Amino acid sequence: MKSCKVLAAAGIAALALAGCSAGSLGSSDDSGGKVSLSFLVDNTDGSTKPAEALAKDFTAKNPDIEVKVETRPGGSEGDNIIKTRLSTGDMTDVFLYNSGSLFQAIAPQQNLVPVSDQAYAGDLDQNFKTTVTAGGQVYGVPFGGVTAGAVLYNKKAFAKAGVQVPKTWADFMAGNAKLKAAGVTPVIQTYQDTWTSQLFVLGDFHNVVAADPAFAQDYTANKAKFATTPAALAGFQHLQEVHDAGYLNKDFASTKLDDGLKMLAEGTGAQYPMLSAVAGGMVANYPDAATNIGLFALPGTDAAKNGLTVWEPAGVYIPKSTTGEKLDAAKKFLAFIASTDGCAAQAKAYPPSGPIPVKGCALPADVPQATKDIEPYISTPGASSLALEFVSPVKGPALEQITVEVGSGIRKAAAGAALYDEDVKKQAQQLGLAGW
Amino acid sequence: MTATSVRASVKRAAPAAPAAGRRRSPYSSWFYLPAAIVYGVLFAIPTFASFFFSLTRWSIFDWKFIGVDNFVTFFQEPALVKGLTNTLIYAVVTSGLKVVLGMLLGILLTSQIVARGYLRSVVFFPVLVSTIGVGLTFTVLMNPEKGLINDALGTLGIAGPGWLTDPKFALLSVALVDVWKGVGLATLIYIAGIVSIPAEYLEAARVDGASAWEVFRRIILPLARPATVTVILLSLIGGLRSFDLIWAMTRGGPGFTSDVIASVIYKQYQAGFYGLSTAGNVVLFVVVTAIVLPLSRFLNRKEVEL
Repeated sequence: MKSCKVLAAAGIAALALAGCSAGSLGSSDDSGGKVSLSFLVDNTDGSTKPAEALAKDFTAKNPDIEVKVETRPGGSEGDNIIKTRLSTGDMTDVFLYNSGSLFQAIAPQQNLVPVSDQAYAGDLDQNFKTTVTAGGQVYGVPFGGVTAGAVLYNKKAFAKAGVQVPKTWADFMAGNAKLKAAGVTPVIQTYQDTWTSQLFVLGDFHNVVAADPAFAQDYTANKAKFATTPAALAGFQHLQEVHDAGYLNKDFASTKLDDGLKMLAEGTGAQYPMLSAVAGGMVANYPDAATNIGLFALPGTDAAKNGLTVWEPAGVYIPKSTTGEKLDAAKKFLAFIASTDGCAAQAKAYPPSGPIPVKGCALPADVPQATKDIEPYISTPGASSLALEFVSPVKGPALEQITVEVGSGIRKAAAGAALYDEDVKKQAQQLGLAGW
Repeated sequence: MTATSVRASVKRAAPAAPAAGRRRSPYSSWFYLPAAIVYGVLFAIPTFASFFFSLTRWSIFDWKFIGVDNFVTFFQEPALVKGLTNTLIYAVVTSGLKVVLGMLLGILLTSQIVARGYLRSVVFFPVLVSTIGVGLTFTVLMNPEKGLINDALGTLGIAGPGWLTDPKFALLSVALVDVWKGVGLATLIYIAGIVSIPAEYLEAARVDGASAWEVFRRIILPLARPATVTVILLSLIGGLRSFDLIWAMTRGGPGFTSDVIASVIYKQYQAGFYGLSTAGNVVLFVVVTAIVLPLSRFLNRKEVEL
């Protein structure tokens, strides 16, 4: 009987608490005309550190606006949180989210406030702008620099084995043989973090475009397939080749990204196909990597056409649920992010993964060598291409599992590519694209 | 003793119950209403809504009716065929091992052994630990290069396999961890079942000179049947819809090799294919019902015949 009463009391207390928090949600900005903005970012260092720095520098310039950074998990779980919060009108005042196909999947015209009319819209890089545009309206400003999907390599290990930076796949495989003979693991793969297995396929996209410029359009229209386009199939084949030739670290199935970076920085592994965004964190742990780790584009068949595949940075967006004085404050915050002061604040807090696509923003001089290696590709016309997910909304969710299977010898390259072609069908149908 | 007499009286009272139920209840039927509302809002409406949404292409922001296309897509999903067989393997392996090990441990822990109470808590302890915690711990222990299990095997001169990274072993490794975690509950059910066997039977058997094996075969095994039925049904249902341990340990990997129906469904949901994953849940519902309902009928009928 007594326990019943205790239980009832606890229940009432919980109700009272719930009532309190629901009530205080609406009146969080009651501190004397001060506007408070909530800013949702994913929980990696590369996002939280620049976000905190932006919030601090912005408040220093606008003392009556305060920005609170909130975090969410990354990956598909984060995608779900974003979609759920948008659909329930419960989104933060501004939020960080991918550009490109994932941006298209959150129904921007329905959920976001356009910023095309803002003064800074003209300062944004054209490539970036296309990745945050829907129905002719621009919706976001860039957060961080462009990222390259390329091969990070250990310069000392290359010098010791007498290997040059390869421009073609044949050169790459020849270099692997030399590295292996010199006692170094030629290619690092880390399949416990399944997403890291996709680089051989996704990072090879410049080579696909170089061979078949219309691939992205045909692919979106269901006319071209990975399995039947030789240039596109090559990525899967390369993944299988490095496994079959025994060039991978022997614990590839049980290691994670951090182990892979350690191997690369310490020189037990020579090459790691990876996103350039990891360079900043790697330098923090292994200072030597700032000069010793370089970057080259994934090699293709033609040395003259070799180039880099780049990912545009994520965007910062305002949801339609932000209104009134909060909306004005949010617009000011976006203007600050897209200014040279904003770039500087971000770069100071965390080394950018590559050039920031805002006019007048230069890379700081002390960025890692791997980041510097991106610039020549970007500044040379025709030596870089946007990744497939920015030029086509069709991206299958199971690619990382398929590439793990191909890269572990469980499934052959051709079968993996065919399976991926099936996988993307669901995405295309979900988006209601014509021809699927 | 008291336990058995209560059981006996319940059994005797049971046949009279239906007749008593048909008499007009002194309470108004309106008393059913609160329970009916809770049941309707939390179970009936979502269930029928999910049947509807399984026939649509649903993106949270809007939906479009597409008939049975989702089911067609779902059954064409290459991971699904693998997931279906894996689910059955997983359910049968965990259920079978839990029955065998649970019964052996149950017999051991009802016999007169030293530190019986302590051992009973030790066996039950894994049930109390969070599944995700168990999964993460065993992921570390089963690491092929740095894990404790392969280190221990290494000192014996055995090269341990990649428990979770070799496609041949991944699913079975997870199943073994599931058994480790779940066998305590099976043992508990068996202990209750064995303790409730009247001591007279055992004494009579001993007087007649029955060996330990005959006591087990002729008395404990048949009379612990209700416990066996409970363990089989619970662990089979648990095995068919298992998800958390598999997700914590392998995420269905490497590749798709340890995917089960529930993880395939979860991945569709993660990818934003809400209609498709709802269709998957309807399929899972049908599969579990199709397996468990006849099995439960079959096992319970046998029990009555005894």
